Amino acid sequence: MQLFAELIETLERSSGTRARVAALVAFFRAADPADGAWALALLLGKRRRRLITGRRLRQICLERSDLPEWLFDACHAQVGDSAETIALLLPRLALPPTPPLELSLAEWMGSRLPALAALEGEAQAEAVLAVWAALPEGQVFLFNKLLTGGFRVGVAAGLVTRALAEVAGLEEAELAHRLMGGFEPSLEAMEALLAPPEAGATAPISRPYPFCLASPLEAERLAATDPGGWQVEWKWDGIRAQLIRRDSQTFLWSRGEELINGSFPELEGVAALLGQGTVLDGELTVWPAGASQPAGFGPLQRRLGRQKPGAALLRECPAAFVAYDLLERGGRDLRPEPLGRRRAALEDLVRGLPEAASTPAAGLLRLSPVLPLGSWDELETLRQQARSVGAEGLMLKALDSAYGVGRRRGLWWKHKLEPMELDAVLLYAQAGSGRRANLYTDYSFGLWDGEGRLVTFAKAYSGLDDGEINELDRWIRRHTTERFGPVRAVEPLQVFTLGFEGLQRSSRHRSGLAVRFPRILRWRRDRTPESADSLTSALALLEEPALPSGAPRSTPQR
Amino acid sequence: MALPVDGLLQLTPQGLYCPAAEAWIDPWRPVSRALITHGHADHARPGSAAYWAASPGEGVLRQRLGAGIALTGVPYGQEHRIGEARVSFHPAGHVLGSAQIRITAGGETWLISGDYKRDADPSCAPFEPVSADVLITEATFGLPIYRWRPGHQVAAEILAWWRGAPQRPSLLFAYAFGKAQRLLAELAALGVEEEVLLHGAVQALMEPYRSQGVVLPPTRPLSELPRHASLAGRLVLAPPSAHRSPWMRRFTSPQTAFVSGWMAVRGARRRRGFERGFALSDHADWDGLLRTVRDCGARQIYVTHGNSDGLARYLREELGLAADPLGRAFEGQRNEEGEVAPALPG
Repeated sequence: MQLFAELIETLERSSGTRARVAALVAFFRAADPADGAWALALLLGKRRRRLITGRRLRQICLERSDLPEWLFDACHAQVGDSAETIALLLPRLALPPTPPLELSLAEWMGSRLPALAALEGEAQAEAVLAVWAALPEGQVFLFNKLLTGGFRVGVAAGLVTRALAEVAGLEEAELAHRLMGGFEPSLEAMEALLAPPEAGATAPISRPYPFCLASPLEAERLAATDPGGWQVEWKWDGIRAQLIRRDSQTFLWSRGEELINGSFPELEGVAALLGQGTVLDGELTVWPAGASQPAGFGPLQRRLGRQKPGAALLRECPAAFVAYDLLERGGRDLRPEPLGRRRAALEDLVRGLPEAASTPAAGLLRLSPVLPLGSWDELETLRQQARSVGAEGLMLKALDSAYGVGRRRGLWWKHKLEPMELDAVLLYAQAGSGRRANLYTDYSFGLWDGEGRLVTFAKAYSGLDDGEINELDRWIRRHTTERFGPVRAVEPLQVFTLGFEGLQRSSRHRSGLAVRFPRILRWRRDRTPESADSLTSALALLEEPALPSGAPRSTPQR
Repeated sequence: MALPVDGLLQLTPQGLYCPAAEAWIDPWRPVSRALITHGHADHARPGSAAYWAASPGEGVLRQRLGAGIALTGVPYGQEHRIGEARVSFHPAGHVLGSAQIRITAGGETWLISGDYKRDADPSCAPFEPVSADVLITEATFGLPIYRWRPGHQVAAEILAWWRGAPQRPSLLFAYAFGKAQRLLAELAALGVEEEVLLHGAVQALMEPYRSQGVVLPPTRPLSELPRHASLAGRLVLAPPSAHRSPWMRRFTSPQTAFVSGWMAVRGARRRRGFERGFALSDHADWDGLLRTVRDCGARQIYVTHGNSDGLARYLREELGLAADPLGRAFEGQRNEEGEVAPALPG
C-alpha cells in the first residue's frame, strides 16, 4: 500500500497534467497488477463503499484515548474529516509498539478491510487498533479513508486512461473502450485491460463504446467551413444512451455507464429486431407513440428513478429511443467510418425494420431527423425552432468525422437554445437564514479546470423546490467532507444545470469568470460529476453573442 | 471571562493594563507606556509615547515602528522597576527578540507569555521556563491535532523539495518576519551556501537578524536581479500575501509551497492552493502549551488567542487547574504577520 499512498501524495502535490500522468505511469509500471487493479478502481472513484462509519472509528479512537469527547469533536470541526482527525490524533493513543504491517493494496481492499468491517464490538475495536499500531504513519489516513468510504483523488479519469494507455502501449481510445461498462478490480481484469490487441481477448458482450461528446458551439470556427459538411440535428431533451444487441441479449447503457434495461422494459422488444451485433447511439426520451414531440424531461425523470416501472407508469410515460448514430452493425465496429456512411447505414437499418411503423413497436425506435441547412445564416432560425419540436437546440456533427472517444473539440458541436447553461458540480453548501435557517440552501458550484480539478464557479440560492431542498439538505449532511465554520464542503458528486444571464471575465474570481444571476435549473441526478462542464466550455459561452432579450427560455437538457 | 478587578493586570479598551507599572502590554491603541512582547504587527503598534522590549528585538521594532521611537531595550532576565512593579523580559522562542513578560507587584507575580514556542529555532533565543502565580498564555494551536516535528526535519524536506526542481523557480511562502529568517537559518545549518532571493517584505527584516549575529545564507532582493536573469533552480522567499499577486508574473512555471502550522491539516493545504504545504510553526503546539502551563506552576491560568475556550476547558476539566479563556478581545487581533486562521473558501 506504500506505493499507492505515495502516489496519492504525489498527485495531491503536483499541479501540471504532465507531472500527474508521469506519476500515474510510474505507479502502474511499478505496481503489482493486482494492486494496480484496485488502485485503478479507486482512482476512477468506483470504490467508495463505506465499510465502517466515521462515527464508529471515532468511537474506537475515543475508547482507547484519554481525550475527552468534546475535544475530539473540536478537532474534527477544525479538520473536517474523521479519517484525518484520527490519523492526526493517533500518536496520542499510546498504542503498544508493534512490528510494522506492510500489506499490498489488493490484500487490504480484497480481504483485510472487508474482514475488519465484518467484525463487531470489541473484536472490531481491537482489530482496528492493532492495524493503527502497526501501520506506517503515512498510511493511517489512507487506511481510515478506505475504511470509511468516500475516498476520492482529485485526478480526472482521462488522465488515468492516458497513463494506462501509455503503460500498455495502447491507443487511449482503445483503453477507454476497454474501461467502459465498469471495471471490477482483479488481477485478471487488469491483465485483460492492458493486454496487447493481438492477444485477442474477448470483450464482454455487454461492453458499450465510449460516447462521443459535443462541445458548446464556437460560431467563429464554423463560419469558415462549408455548411454542407455538417449534419444538423435537433438536440433532444432526454438522456444519452447506447442500445446494444449482441448474442440475443439487450443492454441499454446510460451515459453514466449504468445498465438501465430494467427501467425501460418496453425497449427490449424493438432491440430484439435489430439483429446480432448492433449498437445504436441515441437519446432516451419519453415520447408517446402518436405524439409529434417528446414529453419533456420531467416524465423521463419519473422513469429514470424506477428500477421496475409499473404498468401505469409505462402507460403514462412511454419511452422511446431516438437513434442518431450506428456504432456497430453485424458485429463490426463502424466507428472509424465517416458519419455520412454511418448515417446511411442507420437509415437503412431503421427503415428496414418492418414493425417500426405499424406494430406495437411503433414509436419505440425513432430516427433523429437530419435538418436541412443551406447557409450559416439559416442556423439561428433553425435553432429558434427547436423549442417548437421539444428539442433544446441543435447538434452539428462533421459528416466526414469518425466517431470519437470523449470530447474532441471540433467534431461535434452543441448549440443550445439557451446558451447560458452549464452543468456544474456542487462543492460547498451553507445554511440559509430565516425560513431556510438550518437548511443548507446556499450552494457553491464548480467546473472542471484543465487539470481535473473542480474550480468554484458560481453560487446559487434558488431554483429547487421545497422537496428537493429537503432532500439535498439531508444528502449534504451525510456527505460532508469538511466544515469551515458555517460552510460545508461536500463530496463532489451532485450535478446541477445552472442557468445564468451573462458571463464576464473577472480577475477577482478564481474561475476567472463572473456569473450574472446564476440559478439552478435542474438537479441532474442522471449525471456523473465527470460529465459536468469545464471552464473551457464556460469560456466558449463567453464568446457567444447574448441572446436577444425575451428569447424563450429552454427547458434545460441532459 | 474578565480578569478580577483587583488583579495585577486588567483588561482595558487599550489592551492588557498593569496599574502598578502604569503600563500596557502589547496595547492595541497608543498609550503612555507600552511593554512589547515582540515585533509582530498585532503585538507592536505605532504611536505610544514609550516602549519597553527585550533588547535583541530593538532592531526589528525600530525598523517597524520608526527609528525615532522612545524605546528602552532590556537584556533578557534583567529586572527593572517600572512604577510600583518589577518587570523582566524572558526569551519566548517565537521570533528574534520575543519575550515573555514577568511582572511582580504587591507580592504577586504574573507572566504574560506573548507568542511562544518550545521547539529549537536557530534564529532566536530558546524559550525559557518562568514560574509565576498567574499565567496568561496564548493558544493559537490549542488542539491536540497539532504536533510539530523538529524544525530541522521540516527544513530538510524543504531543501529536498527545492533541490528536486532544478528546472523551476521554487517559491517558498512564509511570514516575512520570523518564519522566513528561521527557515534561512535552518537552511544555513543544513549547509546551504547558495544565495537565496527575497521578496521586498522579507528583505526588510534581514538587517536586524544579521546584526544580531544569526547565521544566514547569502540573500539578495529579487528586485536587484537583472531583469531577464534565469530563475530556474532558485529559491525565492516571499510573504503569503504575494501568492497569486502580480508579483508572481515574474516566474515561469514555479513550484510553490507554504510554510505554516496550519499546513498540518490536509483541507487547509488544499484550500490555500499551494502545491506543497510544510507544517512548521513559531507557536507552541498542544504539547508545548501543556508543558508551559506545567513549567510555570501558576495557580491561575488565563488563555488568549486561537482555541482559548478549548485549552482552558481542558486545563480545568482534565488537569484540575484554575483556567479561564480571556475574552473575545484577543480574537481577530491577528493580522497577516501573526499566523492567521485559514480563510473560508469562496
